[in-house]
Amino acid sequence: MASALINVPKTAKRSDIIEIKTLMSHIMETGYRHTATGEVVPRDIITSFTCRFNGTEIFRADLFPAIAANPFITFFTRATDSGKFEFEWIGDQGFSETASASIIVE
Amino acid sequence: MRFGFVILMTGLLLAGAVRAAEIPQAERRSGYSFMTPDTKAMQDDDTANPGMLWVLDGETLWKRKQGAANKACADCHNDASASMKGVAAHYPAFDKALDRPVDLEQRINLCRISHQQATPLPYESRDLLALTAFVAQQSRGAAIETGSDPQLEPFIAKGRALFTQRQGQLNLGCANCHDDNWDKRLAGSAITQAHPTGYPLYRLEWQSLGSLQRRLRACITGIRAQAYDYGAPELVELELYLMSRARGMPVETPAVRP
Repeated sequence: MASALINVPKTAKRSDIIEIKTLMSHIMETGYRHTATGEVVPRDIITSFTCRFNGTEIFRADLFPAIAANPFITFFTRATDSGKFEFEWIGDQGFSETASASIIVE
Repeated sequence: MRFGFVILMTGLLLAGAVRAAEIPQAERRSGYSFMTPDTKAMQDDDTANPGMLWVLDGETLWKRKQGAANKACADCHNDASASMKGVAAHYPAFDKALDRPVDLEQRINLCRISHQQATPLPYESRDLLALTAFVAQQSRGAAIETGSDPQLEPFIAKGRALFTQRQGQLNLGCANCHDDNWDKRLAGSAITQAHPTGYPLYRLEWQSLGSLQRRLRACITGIRAQAYDYGAPELVELELYLMSRARGMPVETPAVRP
């Protein structure tokens, strides 16, 4: 179901600094917790987040077990051209989600 | 007259009730106003508010066909932004068939059973929270009107009695903290006035969305009393009293709380 919330300005002036906000739905199970019967709850986290702009990587983050559920990642970039931001989250147990957003630079 | 009042108060104290002064209307504050600027900003921005993830899931579920009737919520209720607007501001509401109040989660499950012929969703399941959050979000900004139905009066009274009843190993009633000491702190955290304006809400402590019943059960466990089961009439009556106590305050669903 719905998994990502992306906030990218629809338009920007050339060379403006813009903020990009991303929120991804994920439980971020640390792998350090145990069930009532003593079994380890297997680790299930997002391990990598990448943002590409028109195919070029502009931001990347590695994520670790101490990061809270539903990771909210925000960063700044300079608006150079109109184009498409592509976001990718990769994690344990085959987790893979993508999202995209477009911007018009005047 | 005054002597009678003293006797009455003494009687209440002996019966184990809390000597509670209700919070004056003008001094009522949402839990929002007790939060740090960071947490407020998280609630205010729909792309930073993790509760919106559940709302989006709920929107998908609203349109999904379910059960033997193969009907979606939308097949009867159409566009939720019109049909569900202001609905959550009236809940818990009186159900004629059951002859008692039901909360929004129970209403959704009653609808699933009778109209969709589907199995009820378990309490605190992602799907039930998502649907509840989606429905309640349609009332965001609307003033809470729970309790205007006169049939609810005896149930509100029962909820109020539970709110003021001392219980558990710590021998505390809800009102001990939330009526009498809301301007103070407990272990560094603001106590707040217990106005359930934003449920289901995203609690940073839970790292998840949760219902008002989950919050109430946590509080009851905190005073070391035996928590009622999910769906228990006592919890619904407490929800009902708290919502009627918050009458006039705006719905914030999905709120964020520390």
